[in-house]
Amino acid sequence: MAANRPSSNPSAPPDDDPDVLPKAASRSRSSSSWHRAERIPSSSSNSAVSFERSTSKPVASFPSKRSDSEKLGSQREISDDDARFVYVNDPGRTNQPIKFADNSIRTTKYSVLTFLPRNLFEQFHRVAYVYFLILAGLNQVPQLGVFTPAASILPLAFVLGVTAVKDGYEDWRRHRSDRDENNRTAQVLAPGGEFRPKRWKDILVGEVVKVTADETLPCDMVLLATSDPTGVAYVQTINLDGESNLKTRYAKQETQSTPPESTAGLIRCEKPNRNIYGFLASADVPGEKRVSLGPSNIILRGCELKNTSWVVGVAVYTGQDTKVMLNSSGAPSKRSRLEAHMNREVILLAVALVALCSIVTVLAGVWLANHHHELNDLLYYRKEDYSGPKTDTYNYYGVGWETVFSFLKSVIIFQVMIPIALYISMELVRLGQAFFMIQDKNMFDEGSKTRFQCRALNINEDLGQIKYVFSDKTGTLTENKMEFRCASVGGVDYSAASDGEEDGHSITVDGETWRPKMSVKTDPELMNALMGGEGIEKANRARDFFLALATCNTIVPILVDTPEPSLKLIDYQGESPDEQALVYAAAAYGFVLMQRTSGHILIDVVGERQRFDVLGLHEFDSDRKRMSVIIGCPDRTVKLFVKGADNSMFGVVQKNLDLDIIHATKTNLHSYSSLGLRTLVVGMRELSEHEFKKWQSAYENATTALIGRGKLLKAIASNAERDLHILGASGIEDKLQQGVPEAIESMRQAGIKVWVLTGDKQETAISIGYSCKLLTSEMTQIVINSNSRESCKRRLQDAASMSSRLAGAGSAKSPLALIIDGTSLVYILETELEEELFKVATTCDVVLCCRVAPLQKAGIVALIKNRTDDMTLAIGDGANDVSMIQMADVGIGISGQEGRQAVMASDFAMGQFRFLVPLLLVHGHWNYQRMAYMILYNFYRNAVFVFVLFWYVLYTAYSLTSAISEWSSVLYSVIYTALPTIIVGILDKDLSRKTLLKYPQLYRAGQRDERYNLKLFIFTMMDCIWQSIAIFYIPYLAYRHSDVDVSGLGDLWILAVVILVNIHLAMDVFRWNWLTHASVWGCIAATVICVIIIDSIWMLPGYWAIFNMMGTGLFWLCLLGIIVAGMVPRFATKALTEYFLPSDVQIARELEKFQNLNASTILEIPMSTFSDPQ
Amino acid sequence: MNSSSGSAAGPSSGSGDGSAPRRNSKRPKYSKFTQQELPACKPILTPKWVISVFTLVGVIFVPIGIAALMASNNVVEIVDRYDTECIPANMTGDKVAYIQNDDIIKTCTRNLTVPKDMDQPIYVYYQLDNFYQNHRRYVKSRNDAQLKDADQANKTSGCDPEKTTKDGSPIVPCGLIAWSLFNDTYNFTLGNKNLSVNKNGISWKSDRDHKFGKDVFPKNFQNGILRGGASLDSNKPLNEQEDLIVWMRTAALPTFRKLYGKIHQDLKANDIIMVTLENNYNTYSFNGKKKLVLSTSSWLGGKNDFLGIAYLTIGGLCFFLATAFTVVYLVKPRKLGDPSYLSWNRNPSGH
Repeated sequence: MAANRPSSNPSAPPDDDPDVLPKAASRSRSSSSWHRAERIPSSSSNSAVSFERSTSKPVASFPSKRSDSEKLGSQREISDDDARFVYVNDPGRTNQPIKFADNSIRTTKYSVLTFLPRNLFEQFHRVAYVYFLILAGLNQVPQLGVFTPAASILPLAFVLGVTAVKDGYEDWRRHRSDRDENNRTAQVLAPGGEFRPKRWKDILVGEVVKVTADETLPCDMVLLATSDPTGVAYVQTINLDGESNLKTRYAKQETQSTPPESTAGLIRCEKPNRNIYGFLASADVPGEKRVSLGPSNIILRGCELKNTSWVVGVAVYTGQDTKVMLNSSGAPSKRSRLEAHMNREVILLAVALVALCSIVTVLAGVWLANHHHELNDLLYYRKEDYSGPKTDTYNYYGVGWETVFSFLKSVIIFQVMIPIALYISMELVRLGQAFFMIQDKNMFDEGSKTRFQCRALNINEDLGQIKYVFSDKTGTLTENKMEFRCASVGGVDYSAASDGEEDGHSITVDGETWRPKMSVKTDPELMNALMGGEGIEKANRARDFFLALATCNTIVPILVDTPEPSLKLIDYQGESPDEQALVYAAAAYGFVLMQRTSGHILIDVVGERQRFDVLGLHEFDSDRKRMSVIIGCPDRTVKLFVKGADNSMFGVVQKNLDLDIIHATKTNLHSYSSLGLRTLVVGMRELSEHEFKKWQSAYENATTALIGRGKLLKAIASNAERDLHILGASGIEDKLQQGVPEAIESMRQAGIKVWVLTGDKQETAISIGYSCKLLTSEMTQIVINSNSRESCKRRLQDAASMSSRLAGAGSAKSPLALIIDGTSLVYILETELEEELFKVATTCDVVLCCRVAPLQKAGIVALIKNRTDDMTLAIGDGANDVSMIQMADVGIGISGQEGRQAVMASDFAMGQFRFLVPLLLVHGHWNYQRMAYMILYNFYRNAVFVFVLFWYVLYTAYSLTSAISEWSSVLYSVIYTALPTIIVGILDKDLSRKTLLKYPQLYRAGQRDERYNLKLFIFTMMDCIWQSIAIFYIPYLAYRHSDVDVSGLGDLWILAVVILVNIHLAMDVFRWNWLTHASVWGCIAATVICVIIIDSIWMLPGYWAIFNMMGTGLFWLCLLGIIVAGMVPRFATKALTEYFLPSDVQIARELEKFQNLNASTILEIPMSTFSDPQ
Repeated sequence: MNSSSGSAAGPSSGSGDGSAPRRNSKRPKYSKFTQQELPACKPILTPKWVISVFTLVGVIFVPIGIAALMASNNVVEIVDRYDTECIPANMTGDKVAYIQNDDIIKTCTRNLTVPKDMDQPIYVYYQLDNFYQNHRRYVKSRNDAQLKDADQANKTSGCDPEKTTKDGSPIVPCGLIAWSLFNDTYNFTLGNKNLSVNKNGISWKSDRDHKFGKDVFPKNFQNGILRGGASLDSNKPLNEQEDLIVWMRTAALPTFRKLYGKIHQDLKANDIIMVTLENNYNTYSFNGKKKLVLSTSSWLGGKNDFLGIAYLTIGGLCFFLATAFTVVYLVKPRKLGDPSYLSWNRNPSGH
């Protein structure tokens, strides 16, 4: 089955390629519609008439090379083995040999029965839990029973329980929504020949289903018939890919005419797969020849039927086999760098654990060896048991075994050295952090009303350590809202767009005024030329130019009512924002596209309504980089309009004609792209009757071909698109998003390198680079755009020597910018030149890659990721960014105009590029700081406890007694000390948002691993040993030679440990709010209460011990002495380093505290945007 | 738009923040909490604070240390190791045989000189060295249910290896701890007057009231082949067997004292106390020491200089640190919150 998701499609063309035009499908039966009587749909209900388009996304027309549909589609028919046979309207036979999945869906992971085993199975994927489970199991062996069974299971059970409750709740919610979904009803053809309601879950493959307007489709169906006589149906796929525009699907003529109850036939289709833009099948309809079915004949579950009163289809994929279900994948799972580092320290701790256990074991062995003759005389050992009829040894298996046991027992006792609660704490902390990121109103996009989304929950802290940002351009840096700016018609540049008509050009239809939804400023000179003010030739050229803009596209006009009854707005719907802009521009110049059906286009040409027949259409593909349409004009001429990228268009223009115009157009194009505009070239050719006939027959042959249809169509298109006359070129502006230059500047200051990877032309990329302050005038630009491997190599070597020369120049070093294009990257990536490129690129401050393909984007990310330890972040919005988003350590999707594929693949999603600044500089910094501290603290906290236990073991004849009651040991890491670190991990802030935004350089703390590194770990562990010594030896020495009992001293130790570690935490808290106070002091109080409760149980040996202890002054003096003695080294070191070796964060904290003293009482003013400070 | 199909299509990310496009469109509500702007105090370790804290600790600790030392000095303590002395000279070669031989009378007399005046109450302890009452095997060998409730006499779980007699009837109190009950006895005479030792109230009241039953009587105790320590009066309920109660509060450390009784009489310096003791308890098999301790008490308990010295050391150290910090701050001052110290301001070219 198709393993790759369509979103990761590597061959998808770059979205920000200006020449990516809508992929107008042209499996249209163009010739037939040419002959068929035209129907003008009743404009009352829907004026949105369009011609067939098969698909919508760039990927659509060109599914992945690896995907089944493509392979099968262009090469061969589906073999019987790979096919699913669907007998239309005969579910019984369809499901005969094997029953297909029914239509019920299950997004839940668990059922009541499977919840426990499955959830546990999943949780035990965590090695640490297996470790704790093994230890709990070992503990059940009588010889090793260190804890009572209940106590030994409790911590693990607690941790597993918390996670299980969380998972269970989430699953229950899914369960509920599944149930609602499964019980919805749909109209299904019953044997009697009428449609009866049936629950969704009962729908079977092969059944005929009727869906009416605005209903959701219950399963994947092949269209049989629709309310539209031509078989057209419109669906909205927002639930599938997030695109809100309408997509056209159509029923085959062969089935369209048959009444639903008598339809029969056999559909052979491919097995269920994930490709939502591919479908391959053929249908044998009785009495007709075999017809082939493609993606445009299938409507998918989750879509909604729009503008079509009903459709009838046959269910081919149901339930879990539907494409939407196959595509619902969980959030990507990544592991944060901090966690990876943490595992290194966990291993160190494990080594320490083994060391401690070995020490105990050796000592115990020696002790036993020394005493093994007298064991029975030791009153406290007495190995013989005289209870039974014959004398037996009790629980003694010889020195060797006892030594082994004492090793195992010591592992059980010291097991908390590996902090069990850390994993669950980290999960909870990340949940809390995610909550605050989602809630941050500075990351709420007012425009699209979307808030921040955390899709991955494992990598919050990675946001604080990013060193490279790889950004897409269109839709990420820019808004992807195209505005027509200037045109070059016949080589003349018309870019002086004035304010023109503010309310836009409008037309009158049946007494109603129709006006395009968006107005475009017009250039008076061009207007003049169009009106014939500059001669008939120019006027004709301009007319053809705008005619081309209005026709050569796949835009569907939709009428929108306004409060005024006589005024209607025309909303041009289409997948390509470029095309929309062009159609709006044409409308502004008087060429208003009014209607589009599969066969004709209705255009209001300056007040005069004209009808153009669509004779053929060559869809866009990334090889040709152009699309064309063949139009039958009212004057019986046949014209071919082509538009496409400049380099592809200039290859097919008539070279010997209009040389001046070609030259002038090229000059204009260059200046447009230098302004950062996206350019398109428009050309045309008139077809003679003979040429048209020839084309038509070839086209018909191709469309009916079963083998290699796509290739044939491509060849026909290339054959037709030649010897073009240049009409002109257009320049479309893609506006920068708000705050992009400031965001990039902030990131640069923060030490983050921003690389822009775009499909745009070099000039466009550079100009965008300037406008978003990525490039500055003092930068030295290194441009690599070579066409061969040798020249690439040379250029790279030049660049390397240049950068080293500049670096050698010392202080007067000017920053470097590397600009490289996709063609050069072909020769560099995955060859030995990669290393060279890496060296050059890392010395450059800015890298711009233009004309790159999606897979190259991922390749560039990998270039950095594989060679350095630096964290990478990729941000993009389109399907072509998916590979890069998945490759980078952190992937961010912009939930913008281009569907949701990027979002679906991302770890975080947000509305605007500029939110990267609060995300990285503020939340990232906080999250990293918090998580780093929390991990270290958890290590420290558990190690202190273990060391205290260890010291005591040395005074118990190495018999692994613990003075601290077992319940206290068990509760230590889950109750006594867990909450404060979680609260601090979620809420503590070393610096305020304002300071972090004011000094982006503070972000470098994370890049330098300042808060978590081996050195800090070792220091913490040394401190931890000292503290454990203070905790253990102060009471030990104070109570030496006294009548203190085990439990009493144990209570003192546990209280001392808990208070000390909480005070340690308290000392490191940056910001004390009431929650922090409540959790830290509350935890100490809870510990005291727990100890008191434990000591109030008469069954336990420690009954009442705590009260007897607390009644003595010695107890309190010991406690105070422990706390002070334990904290002095840390406090002194902290005071010294903060004063004499202050980190940037420390200085900024002081700044925050002392500069605001007289400034304002409110320290943190809620800010509207991040750009306020600076 | 039906949200259910949206969520069906969406992944199940842990945040519960699925991918249904409509669900994220809610504007976050503003509150100080959600924007992480709760009013908070931001302590910073300024020199003033650091010096004050150290000084304060010093000011508190030094007097406490002095008081603790004084208290410890005022405690008068007589410690007498008798296990080596109370062996007839001819038996020193085989102490274990001596102690295990029931036929030998083990009475022994010791004379103790009171070094300083001792005010009542004078606590009489026995001290055992090298006796691991905290051994894992040992501390577990008891059954608390049996001690409290007469109906639970059969409950001997956990008491191994001293659970039942050979014929299987339960031992009350069972377990190694009770079995090894200390059985040396002491009698004190001052001059020719008997110094009475009050053995009432030497155990915790909580133990007498709630842990040891008043209707539980010893059964089958010390009847086994191997005799551990003292026998119990089978007519006295457990809650009145205070020596047992004290003994069963297992000591935390291998060298420990247990309260034997109290003498309610003042002793003068150079008084000579004659102790007649019965040296029954076998510590010889593991080189344990036995000591008799007479001690007065202070508010800090017995004689122990450690805490006083520790407090003085910590206090002194804090004073030292306070002065050191002061000097260092004066010698090398740094203006707090000076942006010119920021790393990127110190070397403007970045890093």
